Amino acid sequence: MVKSVEEINQKIREGNVRVVTAAEMKEIVAELGPEQAAKEVDVVTTGTFGAMCSSGAFFNFGHSDPPIKMQRVWLNDVEAYTGVAAVDAYLGATQLSETEEGYGGGHVIETLVEGKEVELRATAYGTDCYPRKEIVTEISLDDVNQAVMLNPRNAYQRYNAATNSSNRILRTYMGTLLPNFGNVTFAGTGEISPLNNDPEYRTIGVGTRIFLCGAKGYVIGEGTQHAPPYGTLMVKGNLREMDPEYMKGAYFPGYGATLFVGIGIPIPILDAEMAKFTAVRNSEIETKILDFGVARRGRPVVRKVTYEELISGKVEINGEEVRTSPLSSFYMAERIMNELKRQIEKGEFLLTSPVDRIPREEVFKPMRQREIRVVKSVMVKAFTISPDTGIEDAAKLIIEKGVNHLPVVKDGKLIGIVTSWDVAKAVALKKAGTVSEVMTKNVVVTFPEEPVEIAARKMEKNSISALPVVDSKRNVLGIVTSEDLSRLLAR
Amino acid sequence: MRMVLHFDSRTVTEPVLSRTTLKTGALINILRASVGARRGEILIEVEDEKAKEVEEILKTQGVDVIELVGAVQKDDEKCVHCGACISICPTEALKFNGEKRVIVEAEKCVHCGACTKVCPTEALTLPF
Ligand code: SF4
Ligand code: SF4
Repeated sequence: MVKSVEEINQKIREGNVRVVTAAEMKEIVAELGPEQAAKEVDVVTTGTFGAMCSSGAFFNFGHSDPPIKMQRVWLNDVEAYTGVAAVDAYLGATQLSETEEGYGGGHVIETLVEGKEVELRATAYGTDCYPRKEIVTEISLDDVNQAVMLNPRNAYQRYNAATNSSNRILRTYMGTLLPNFGNVTFAGTGEISPLNNDPEYRTIGVGTRIFLCGAKGYVIGEGTQHAPPYGTLMVKGNLREMDPEYMKGAYFPGYGATLFVGIGIPIPILDAEMAKFTAVRNSEIETKILDFGVARRGRPVVRKVTYEELISGKVEINGEEVRTSPLSSFYMAERIMNELKRQIEKGEFLLTSPVDRIPREEVFKPMRQREIRVVKSVMVKAFTISPDTGIEDAAKLIIEKGVNHLPVVKDGKLIGIVTSWDVAKAVALKKAGTVSEVMTKNVVVTFPEEPVEIAARKMEKNSISALPVVDSKRNVLGIVTSEDLSRLLAR
Repeated sequence: MRMVLHFDSRTVTEPVLSRTTLKTGALINILRASVGARRGEILIEVEDEKAKEVEEILKTQGVDVIELVGAVQKDDEKCVHCGACISICPTEALKFNGEKRVIVEAEKCVHCGACTKVCPTEALTLPF
C-alpha cells in the first residue's frame, strides 16, 4: 500500500485524516505492525525544543530620511551583520550585547516576537546616495518590512552528550559540567525528534513545511555540519507569525547567548517503511558521551550511550552512576507535537512533498589549519632550583638569568614554583630561609604536545604568568610564559 | 526548620551558635555560611521541636533570624523545562514530574544556589 502526500492532504481537507504523535506511533506499530499501522495512520507529528545556537533573523528596516547605508547596526546593543545591503541586516542568536551581560541576539528576537519594541542604532560612512551617518530609533515587528527567521543549523537528529573528567567546573554550550564526571548533559529529543523519524530523509527535504516557533516555516536544505546520522536542517519562517510561547532567548552562564527554538515536523506515512521508521525507540538511538575536560577538537569518547539511558536520568561511567540533564525540553517538544497534530486535524496545516532531497551521506570535516602550534615549539629553558636553595640564592638567580619563575625540583620531579614576587616579598620581610617556605606547591603545568591556546587559557583562568612544561613523569622540560605566548598569538 | 541568620559587626565575633547549642541542647546543622569581618550570614537547620527555642536564644543574642520556608523559587513564565538544572542540584530537589515539567521539591532544597547559576533562562532565584 502506498499513499501520496496529495492523498493525505485530501484527507486533511475532508477532515478525516488520522494523525498521531511520534510518541503514540511507537505503540501503534508495536501493536499492529508496520503494514497495518501504515494503513491506519496518515501523519506522525514530531517535535523538538532546544537551545539552537545557529539561529537568527534577517530584517529589512526600511529607509530613513535622509537615507542611511548602515555600516554597523545594533538592536538593543546587540550587533547585527550589515554586509548585505543598505538597510538589511542579519542578527545572530549568539551575538552578545555590548552593554548588558547575559543578553544576546536570541533575547532580541524573543522581545520582538513578544510584540515589544527594541532600540535600533546604526552608523555609516555616508555616501552621495545615503548621506546620513547615524540613526537611533525604536522599532517593532510592525515597523520593519521583512523579519525572517533563518537558521543555518537546527533540529539535530542526535548530538554528542557531554561530561567532564577534569577537576574544575566547566561552563559550556552543553551547560554546566561538574568536575570529576559529576554529571552528563545531552541535547535532542531522541525518538520524538524529527530526523530520527525519517532517517533516510524521504519526506523531510527542501520545501518541507514545518512548525517553526508557532509559525509555518520551511526546510530550505540540509543544515550546516549535516553529517548523518547527526543530520541537521536549515530552516526559515516569518518572525511576525511566530508565537513567543515556542521560543526563548537564553544565556548559558559562562558560555554565552543562544535561542531555544521549537520545531515540529509532520511525517506523512506513505508506506510500511515510513511506519517502521517512525516506530524508532530511544533504545535504538545511539550517541557518544564526550569528555569536555579535554579542550581539544578530538574530545575523548568516554563511552557510547543510547537516548534511553540518557533520558532515564542516570548513566554509568567507570562503574559509577552519574546523573544526566537534558538540555532540550521534552515538555515543550510534546506540546509542539500535539499542537501540530491539532492543526493538521483541523485542516489548518497541509503537508508538502520535498522538491529536493537532502544528502544521506556527508562527512563533517575538521578545519584545515596552517599548523597546530604546540607548547614544545615555544617553551624556553627553565632554571630549576632545589627546595633547600636559600632565598638569597634564588634572588640572585632571578636577577642573573633575567627570569621571573623558578620551578622547584626534587629528585628530578617538579614539586613547586617560586616567582620573583615570592622572593621579593620574602626579602622585603627579611625572611631568611629556603625557597621551600615560600614556594607555591600546587603548580599548574602544561605538556610539550599541548596546543598553545590551551596553555594560554590555563594561565588566564588561574591568573598566572608562566607554566612549567613537564613530561608524564613530572620531569621539567622547560617553561612557557604569557609574554612568549601573547607575542605568538598576536601574530 | 531552616533559618537564615544575619550577624552584624558585633555578633559576628561572638560564639553565638555554640552558646545556642549549649543552652538549648539542639543540634544545629550549618548548611551554608558566609562570614566576613563586619557581617555574616549563615543558613542553619534545626529540628522542628527545638526551632522556636533556638530562634529565641539567637534573637536575645542580637542575631537577626529569618525562618526559611520553601525553597529556591522557579519562575514558571521563564522556565522552559529543559532540565539543565537537574543534574546540578546536590540534593535532587529538582526533578521532572509526570508531565515532564521540572519542579522543585521544596523540602529537599538546601538553598545552595548551584542551580541559579546554571539556568539558561534565569528562571531560578533564591528567596533571600
Ligand atoms: S534550567 Fe531553568 S529553564 Fe531549564 S528546567 Fe531548570 S529552571 Fe527551567
Ligand atoms: S538551591 Fe541548591 S539545593 Fe536548592 S534546588 Fe537549587 S541546587 Fe538544589
